[in-house]
Amino acid sequence: MPYIEMKNVFFKYPNGFEALQDLSLDIDKGEKVAIIGQNGAGKTTMVKLINGLLKPTEGDIRINGKNTREYTTAKIAHWVSYVFQNPDDQIFHNDVISEISFGPKNFKMDDDKIEQNVKAAAELCGIEKFLEENPYDLPLATRKFITIASIIAMDTDVIILDEPTAGQDKKGIECLAQVIDHLRGKGKTVITITHDMEFVVNNFDRTVVMAQKQKAADGPTREIFWQEDVLQKARLKQPYISSLSLKLGLGGNNLTIGDFIAGLEQRRHS
Amino acid sequence: MDIVEVRDLTYKYPTSSDQVLRGVSLRVKKGEFCSIIGPNGAGKTTLCNAIRGLVPHFYKGDMQGEVLINGQSTMDVSLADLALSVGFVFQNPFTQISGIAKTVFGELAFGLENLGVEPDEIRRRVSRMLEVAKLQDLAERSPFEISGGQQQRVALASIIIMEPEILVIDEPTSQLDPQSTEEIFEIIQLMKMQGKTIILVEHKIDLVAQYSDHVVLIEDGSIVMDGSTDEILSDPAVLQHGTSLPQFALLGIEMRKRGYRLDKIPITEAQAVEQIGGYFTEKAVD
Repeated sequence: MPYIEMKNVFFKYPNGFEALQDLSLDIDKGEKVAIIGQNGAGKTTMVKLINGLLKPTEGDIRINGKNTREYTTAKIAHWVSYVFQNPDDQIFHNDVISEISFGPKNFKMDDDKIEQNVKAAAELCGIEKFLEENPYDLPLATRKFITIASIIAMDTDVIILDEPTAGQDKKGIECLAQVIDHLRGKGKTVITITHDMEFVVNNFDRTVVMAQKQKAADGPTREIFWQEDVLQKARLKQPYISSLSLKLGLGGNNLTIGDFIAGLEQRRHS
Repeated sequence: MDIVEVRDLTYKYPTSSDQVLRGVSLRVKKGEFCSIIGPNGAGKTTLCNAIRGLVPHFYKGDMQGEVLINGQSTMDVSLADLALSVGFVFQNPFTQISGIAKTVFGELAFGLENLGVEPDEIRRRVSRMLEVAKLQDLAERSPFEISGGQQQRVALASIIIMEPEILVIDEPTSQLDPQSTEEIFEIIQLMKMQGKTIILVEHKIDLVAQYSDHVVLIEDGSIVMDGSTDEILSDPAVLQHGTSLPQFALLGIEMRKRGYRLDKIPITEAQAVEQIGGYFTEKAVD
């Protein structure tokens, strides 16, 4: 049984706007999955359904066998946690340490465990020196890491990140890659929405493509970025290195600089 | 001629304990597309604020040195007059959108109305701008009931329409998907072709490489690299300053490390095809 099971899910917002149509998707425990697609394709709606912030209009979602319709969002949050796209929709404490401690406290963890989780999450996210500061005195990109640390400290099985790469600099992107690796190492399922295709190819083996409210493709990242019809439908482009490989006629479905050089070496020796 | 000249600028916000800019000097030529890159918190937005005159007119604080727009110090010009020559597109479209206009059409007309442009002329310019920014379908919608990406386009269009000589644009694509990002760059490129001077803050380094003429790297309040786009974005030293390089440059640097001979490090796809394409016919390896 997959850990997350979405079966023929439809979702309509209360104002009648249909945001998601007939989505079926299984995700196993410990998987790293990237979700890509244009603004408005249904990506955020889909992940809010997974953590129970939204309940399907039709179809069913099961987390570890439990139908999200039958559980409150507060209950589902023990299994699946979600980092909002806009950190300012999430942050509501006056100092960073209270913000990160909020989730673990709510889960009634004991004080030692809270302190330990908060410290570890803050260090992982590179924000340990800001613990006493007001989140709103820190830049947006740092506020994003505060929200990520808040979620990591809750120690749930599934962690969903909504556009963590937006506005990040080189150090921020590298830190995110480390965070995701660390979570994967602990057996967590990590689902990430992003517009950064280089981040996808460098960090995710599996990619789900959303287009016009539906799932347009789901598969190994290497295959997805070489399916021209899918990319066209979702109005996405190949990663820069893939596009160059295509132009130069270097075969092998390359995605990364490492792939490209390996392909070049192979050509040289043949 | 240098349309923007920053001379030895040092600045501290009233609430900050440290200087945010330290001895920054910069020259931007008329008609140039200049990109400002560097880590978050380096002072990129503050430099934009200084060029627009918001530093120190609006933010106050301690400023030493000066900023000249068309040879005139921003200290000697009011913010309102500066707005005629320097258009500023904020990082967050919510900050930008007036909150007064009920429709996207009205939002685009707002600036021109304040400049006292004739109604017929306003209608003509708004219609043209809606087309350029691909906003026709949204003309009658409220600026607050459209997506974040659409708002970023409206914010940009509402400044461009006033036709300032200089456009200062702070991270216009941070929330956008790849296609919308390219559309924003195409609009900016169009402005450059009309002779406008562009100063852009942007992390998407592959697009910076493709579109800009001049690149300035700021780290910790100081300019640490300043030169042509080709020169700066092919230099591995950029990586030491908390900033990434284009994928094609990273590829070129890695190839050189492995003994492939490249005449220069490519920074765009076209350059990469030219530099690396040779290995797909025949070329010696060191």
